[in-house]
Amino acid sequence: MKEIRFHGRGGQGAVLAARMLASAAAIEGKCVGSFPMYGFERRGMPVVAFTRFDEAPIREKSQIYHPHCLMVVDPTLMKLDTILNGLRPGGVLILNSPKPLPHRLSPNMGLAGTVDATRIAVQEIGRDIPNTCLMGALAAATGWLKLESVIKGLGEYLEGEMLRKNIRNAERGFQEVEVQKWQ
Amino acid sequence: MTQALKKEIKKYKVLTGNGAAAYAARLCRPDVVSLYPITPQSEVIEQLENFHANGTLEAEMIRVEGENSAQNAVCAAAMAGARVFTATSSYGLVFMYDAMFQTAGYRAPVVMVNVNREPPGIHAVCSGQQDMIATRDTGWIQLIAESGQEIFDLVIQAYRLAEDEAVQLPVMVNYDGYYLSFLAESIELPEQSEVDRYLAPLKEQPPRPTLVPGSSLGCGAHGLGMGFVELRRKHMAAMARSRQTFEEIDAAFGEEFGRSYGGQIEEYRTEDAEIVLLTSGSAVGTARTVVDAKRAEGVKVGLIKLRMFRPFPIERLSAALQGRKAIGVLDRSLCFGWDCGPIYMEVKALLADIGKVPLLNFIDGLANMDITKPNIERMVNDLQSAAQGEPFNPVAWVTMGE
Repeated sequence: MKEIRFHGRGGQGAVLAARMLASAAAIEGKCVGSFPMYGFERRGMPVVAFTRFDEAPIREKSQIYHPHCLMVVDPTLMKLDTILNGLRPGGVLILNSPKPLPHRLSPNMGLAGTVDATRIAVQEIGRDIPNTCLMGALAAATGWLKLESVIKGLGEYLEGEMLRKNIRNAERGFQEVEVQKWQ
Repeated sequence: MTQALKKEIKKYKVLTGNGAAAYAARLCRPDVVSLYPITPQSEVIEQLENFHANGTLEAEMIRVEGENSAQNAVCAAAMAGARVFTATSSYGLVFMYDAMFQTAGYRAPVVMVNVNREPPGIHAVCSGQQDMIATRDTGWIQLIAESGQEIFDLVIQAYRLAEDEAVQLPVMVNYDGYYLSFLAESIELPEQSEVDRYLAPLKEQPPRPTLVPGSSLGCGAHGLGMGFVELRRKHMAAMARSRQTFEEIDAAFGEEFGRSYGGQIEEYRTEDAEIVLLTSGSAVGTARTVVDAKRAEGVKVGLIKLRMFRPFPIERLSAALQGRKAIGVLDRSLCFGWDCGPIYMEVKALLADIGKVPLLNFIDGLANMDITKPNIERMVNDLQSAAQGEPFNPVAWVTMGE
């Protein structure tokens, strides 16, 4: 099973990214489970979401404490002391950032994929909705999912011009992600 | 391989629990739907409105000004012979409290989804079963789902149960807010024709009495003295019959769709279990993984899933709990005045049948608190210790460190 924890702010699409990623995995025939956790709907407040996918049915319904991967949609959230909590050894960070990481942020971090998703989203969508760009980056950096599945998954949630723009957003995330690896 | 082959034939879609409820309700072809949104249920209403807008749901949509009207609207429509649906949660459920008594007293076969959320008092837009518990004695049948697929399937089954001639009672399908309402899973979607076929036996029943303009029918009239007593007695008898009916419609569902859930309760790895944990809703899924892990360590632990809270599965539970060395009940709500959880209190009432045994209550999952694997492991450890004769805390608030 792969477990991914998403950190973003209300309105950036972290919750939808978690769900769309589940759809991408389901398209590849995997069993999936994805849910957000927040109290009230509040734009701009930190939100967390979870996605699991596996070949076998997923029975646990609890939150994710030991993720294989963290996706941080809002780079300001990296200031939180708790953001890397529970990352598994060899774990992955997918981060919206204009620059690669200056150094390995935790001994458990095995791979970081950074992409300037805000800039790309503003160029492609015209708004700071970096979620689909980061999904493309995740597909490229981890190889867990095919880009085609990610794109096909978007089609279950978006349509028309918005779908086309987000496909472009995801493709650019896939192409422009910078990968750093540690042993 | 079998799974892969099945996936090729069957249609799957990633849906949230709310999305599953709305989709399933649509396939049951309701005539009248009353709608009032509330977190974490709103998505059910939104989806139904979508279906109506795109022409796939041909129901009369009644957009009411509050939940009390939502309940009264579907009650009245059901009395006029319609198949009905509504959905609510928490504040909404308690705001329709009087109307729920009325619906049940009228024997109106309303199907309602209730997305479990903490009720007022300490304001929490969070999961918890207290809303369902608070409406326990309204005379409704109350069912609880564990997963998105089960939400989907239970909504369909609920119509067979509510409209069964031997039952004719409103049915509430419950599922945990957040942990299930927003959980997106891959849901197997039946064809419309399959659902039609499954619900078809309802059409072969004698028609139930319905309100028709211009003709007379005694309905909701005064039932003073013996009139009242007789109707209440019949209501209770129908509730009692619904246990067996639920078993039958669940089995029939299995024949039609290839999935059945064990009726009133499901026993998981209980065959030779010395200790068992009883719980309901989304916590069951997580508990399954813990039971598997503990079994791998050689611990003889089993799990019982409560699917039907009202009527309470007295006989099935007594049989399932008989002969254990310790029993644990995980509650996601409180029974004020009994200093414990409500499901624990009800299991306690079975002790006369099953004999004296260490009975432990774990209170967890209030207000969205996560019922984690370590928490459930700890419950199993406590049960093991109690089974060996060690002293135990009968009611432990798990997240308070008790």
